[in-house]
Amino acid sequence: MATHAATTHDVAEAPAFHLEEDHHPEGSTMLGFWIYLMSDCLIFAVLFATYAVLGRNYAAGPSPKDLFELPLVALNTSMLLFSSITYGFAMLEMQRERQGGTLGWLAVTGLFGLAFVGIELYEFAHLIHEGATPQRSGFLSAFFALVGTHGLHVTFGTIWLVVLMVQVRQRGLVIENQRRLMCLSMFWHFLDVVWIGVFTFVYLMGVLQ
Amino acid sequence: MSAGADTHHHGHGAGSVGSHATFRGYMTGFVLSVLLTAIPFWLVMADVLGDNRLTSLVIMGFAVVQIVVHMIYFLHMDTKSEGGWTFLALIFTLTLVVITLIGSLWVMYHLNANMMPMSGHDMQQHVPAAPSR
Repeated sequence: MATHAATTHDVAEAPAFHLEEDHHPEGSTMLGFWIYLMSDCLIFAVLFATYAVLGRNYAAGPSPKDLFELPLVALNTSMLLFSSITYGFAMLEMQRERQGGTLGWLAVTGLFGLAFVGIELYEFAHLIHEGATPQRSGFLSAFFALVGTHGLHVTFGTIWLVVLMVQVRQRGLVIENQRRLMCLSMFWHFLDVVWIGVFTFVYLMGVLQ
Repeated sequence: MSAGADTHHHGHGAGSVGSHATFRGYMTGFVLSVLLTAIPFWLVMADVLGDNRLTSLVIMGFAVVQIVVHMIYFLHMDTKSEGGWTFLALIFTLTLVVITLIGSLWVMYHLNANMMPMSGHDMQQHVPAAPSR
């Protein structure tokens, strides 16, 4: 990659194809990543549909009203919201080509992500301890499948974020890293969008029933 | 990293998805989402409206608005980026999502309704598999 960066000096001698590639590297990547996100959105749609169908099959077990603690969910939601805005700040720092600021805000975002996953794991452990395991009822199977899949996404997003921090540290804010950061930005904000559906449809409406 | 700085320049000129991101945009999105999150939680936790069905409808409305806010201010969606292809992909996905959700609920609801001929006694005999745990 270092040699690739060096060749941009004599870009005039480079083949036209190469030049084109260099000028629009994000174009196709961003569209491709967006289409991946849309397919991910369909996975969540299927999980939401499963929850909508099975969400009231308690099998004489606990109902959402018995299980969910809204203050904890509100705390969790705020973690994800804060992580969204701090990732936004990281992107703004990236646009100003300030590596230190970018890394700093990325670190803050990662901490919020970790806090979110931590609170969710605490909630899951609490539910399982009370006997509300995924095997207990259709409602709980659908609940753990949907919320667990979202939690896994956040976990992998956080791992991705750490990997990118290492790469930015090693190579600086080169165009490749900017592109990667933009992909993660879309992924991260997309997860926040999915979480809006989760806290409204699963938690708030579950407690209302 | 002088070579790196050079590539930088290219990247900046290329114009990108994040290039029209501004501090103002992010803050607007953030303030709106905090409000659109806090109000539904308040409505449910304090039971402000006193009617569950009405509250459900209202918080679903808030969720839809918040999703649009996130799409615009955080994901920087518009109808023009990538020559409109991202927007087209979004519309297509939304269509599939609506078909998936409404279709599943519709089919499964009617499946339940059409399975009704069981008497109460039969139901009692069919259910115990679960409570035995």
